[in-house]
Amino acid sequence: MKGNYDKAFENVIRLRVMSILMVNEQYDFNSFKEILEVTDGNLASHLRNLENAEYIRVEKSFAGRKPLTNYSATESGKKAFQAHLTFLENLIKENKS
Amino acid sequence: MGKAEQELAEIKSMMERSTRFLSLSGLAGVLAGIYALIAASVAYYWIYFPNPPYGFRTTFVDDASVFTKLIALALAILALSLGSAYFLSHKKSQRLATNLWTPAGRRFLQALFIPVLIGGVFCLALVLRGYLIVVAPATLIFYGLALVNASQYTLSDIKYLGYGELILGLISAFFPGYGLITWAMGFGVLHVVYGSMMYYKYDR
Repeated sequence: MKGNYDKAFENVIRLRVMSILMVNEQYDFNSFKEILEVTDGNLASHLRNLENAEYIRVEKSFAGRKPLTNYSATESGKKAFQAHLTFLENLIKENKS
Repeated sequence: MGKAEQELAEIKSMMERSTRFLSLSGLAGVLAGIYALIAASVAYYWIYFPNPPYGFRTTFVDDASVFTKLIALALAILALSLGSAYFLSHKKSQRLATNLWTPAGRRFLQALFIPVLIGGVFCLALVLRGYLIVVAPATLIFYGLALVNASQYTLSDIKYLGYGELILGLISAFFPGYGLITWAMGFGVLHVVYGSMMYYKYDR
């Protein structure tokens, strides 16, 4: 079967984070927290997880005096997500036939 | 629904929610349209009354006393419309339990207001140079382009409102005597029609 079920996206928070980064060049920590409705610690651990897999990249800067942490998807992250999507699509197709 | 379908639905909804500003209020469109229609009738009384709202005027628009009144009226309507749009979108975002100031919201405002601001300044230049006859088509066209541009970042339906404004703008460019009517149609009637359609489709 084509595609690849990626364990990194098994968790729904990580799946959501990656979905957002596929269509947004950048997304910051607070906006993630808001849209995903998760706690700081929970979100940070999932983000670190994706970062360790080198699926996302972190960029720290300042907006005025507030620290701003921006995330973006890496090339390998995008490829892995695409493969994961292909896997899901094929799974659905197979179940139908 | 199987697990794979659920995951795909999840992905789709996240992509949608993170890129589009969904708190835009339809009711705000209706209100902006009503303000515009009121303003257009007031302007009609100042400029044309008792003649029909095209062709022969009883006052010239560049007559200083009418001109200042018209500019003040336009600015008041703009402020009122923006104020109600902000207030109602804020309320809608609370109801949807999202924040108004999201990355998608920022992109939407940018996509909308860059053409609108440039168009506004450009029209100000037209007014100052005395080319009053092209101000109505120019405002409609800039606003239409701004809506089409911003529709990528919000409920995509607003692009049809944009097309409507663009068509009216072009019509008004070829029929210069009908500026006030096309204005009332574009900023008044179209807003009321689209605002209520959006309201029934998304807000209830």
